[in-house]
Amino acid sequence: MINETLIPKVGVVTDIRKDTPDVKTFRVVGTDGKKLFKHMPGQCAMVSIPGVGECMFSITSSPTNEEYMEFSIKKCGCVTEVIHALEVGAQITVRGPYGKNFPVEEDFKGKDLLFIAGGIGLAPLRSVINYVRHYRNNYGKVVIVYGARSKDDLVDIDEIQNEWINEPNTEVYLTIDRPQEGWDGHVGFVPAYVKELGLNPNMTAVLCGPPIMIKFTLAGLLELGFDKSRVYTTLELRMKCGVGKCGRCNVGDKFVCKDGPVFRMTELDELPDEY
Amino acid sequence: MLKIAKERLNELYAKINETMGLFIPIKRAGEVNYAIWKDGKEVSLETLKTVKSPKNMFFPQSENLMKFKKDGNNLEVIDVREKLGEKIDERPFVLFGVKACDYKGIEVLDKVFLADPVDSYYQMRRESTTIVTLACSRPEESCFCNAFGIDATAPMGDVTTWLDSEYLYWQANTEKGEKLTAIVKELLVDGGEKEVAAQQEKTKEIMAKLPYANLDLSRFTPENLNELFNAKEWEEMSEACLGCGTCTFVCPTCQCFDIRDFKTNEGVIRFRCWDSCMYSDFTLMAHGNSRTTQMQRFRQRFMHKLVYYPSQNDGLYSCVGCGRCVNKCPQKLNIVKVIKTLGGKDND
Repeated sequence: MINETLIPKVGVVTDIRKDTPDVKTFRVVGTDGKKLFKHMPGQCAMVSIPGVGECMFSITSSPTNEEYMEFSIKKCGCVTEVIHALEVGAQITVRGPYGKNFPVEEDFKGKDLLFIAGGIGLAPLRSVINYVRHYRNNYGKVVIVYGARSKDDLVDIDEIQNEWINEPNTEVYLTIDRPQEGWDGHVGFVPAYVKELGLNPNMTAVLCGPPIMIKFTLAGLLELGFDKSRVYTTLELRMKCGVGKCGRCNVGDKFVCKDGPVFRMTELDELPDEY
Repeated sequence: MLKIAKERLNELYAKINETMGLFIPIKRAGEVNYAIWKDGKEVSLETLKTVKSPKNMFFPQSENLMKFKKDGNNLEVIDVREKLGEKIDERPFVLFGVKACDYKGIEVLDKVFLADPVDSYYQMRRESTTIVTLACSRPEESCFCNAFGIDATAPMGDVTTWLDSEYLYWQANTEKGEKLTAIVKELLVDGGEKEVAAQQEKTKEIMAKLPYANLDLSRFTPENLNELFNAKEWEEMSEACLGCGTCTFVCPTCQCFDIRDFKTNEGVIRFRCWDSCMYSDFTLMAHGNSRTTQMQRFRQRFMHKLVYYPSQNDGLYSCVGCGRCVNKCPQKLNIVKVIKTLGGKDND
């Protein structure tokens, strides 16, 4: 067979975890039982159900996991609806990895890192956070601020509460939008919480979440004295090919699929406001 | 330089067709488009602009990419190029009569499809094709290739040809071109330098007098990207746009595509087809749409051709001035109006 980027590999779903009422995490391996391909934190893959459609998802699991890949997928459209109906053992197709990763081996090294996520925005960050945990000595302090609509909408809460909070030199702050029975943690929106926490502006920050959260959180970080060139985020636009040819995710002189999805805030400043 | 008398062109086509497929402008139902040559077809080299550009020779309007077979839980991915080989003309083919603008259009597409990672569907067709270009001798009002530095009287390609009332003049430029020349050598005789030079001079005189001969593109630079994006003129320029996508379909450089699946009795076929940034669902996602108005979509098309693409490709514009959109837009909107409005001060 010709080496062709549009032709996917077959993947087998080996585990399905229901994270929240509308988010499930799917564990996928190749038909030989091995991991489908190597990737770096922040990179994405095209997942498809033949006959239904193909969509780009961030690879949630860490590259340091050599056994399988995981995708945390929110049910919000026609393809994700069918993906959510899959059962263990189902075969899907996967191709990738696509896009630029977070600079974990370059700019992040030796730095104090701040991760801020809202809702399903945790999906791309989970791969970075777990990568940093794996090579813990290469990085400084880690601060994680994560918010969701309610406590039931916090993705991967088990991993956060059982593993992340026990990690040395790591602080985890969780918040939910409105008070809820059984929740004794912080209540309020992520941007406000970030400002309240009075975070050290020398940290390198990574933001992921709904556009509105990114906008207000970024404003808050700038007020705290953060430098835009050390704030990263990911963009999400419609994609079909994943390799900068189909034209869909074009914004300014960039293609989100190959020049992104990871962007520095200073790079976004140069792009037209159309994402 | 070599030449062949016009009345013997059918012999030339037949000779090429013995060993290679031949795609050439053919008149059918009143329209001229590139199609497979067969004896008896009405070839029209004189037609300046085929309705569709020759881009579909390499990037078909619709093509099957792969097939999926499902057996219980088992899923198999089949590269249809191996199984449905008979659908593609597997012989190498000759694309004959390509004008300078359309040839430049192929160069623009090459930079997209042959860039890493290479699109092997496109590459396969591109590599097996010998391109014979044809110089223009009667450019018309809607032509503005010279604005993009294209010389309509001396297109490149594997072979360049010129046509006058008596002869087709022939000059091989590449190894592929020499090979093709060897195949048809017995039909060609020496001569034509003087006639070609005279025709070129005459054509250039016409070109200089065309209404769009002096378009100013100087403002379309990467430094002006945001200023141009935010220009207030887009609203008015795009007001009449219907979003029909005709401009993108006749354009030799528009390369946006969709990938879709359809179910057949023998499994699912995944195909790709031309798409258009002018369509409202082009950027539609489950959680929203990054371009919700026709103004934004209109702006995207022209910003891509005149600013974004050049910024990614060392200043090469992704418009070649063929003028098809000028002729075909039902609302008389076109890239010339955009260039005149935003391109620079010498457009007045």
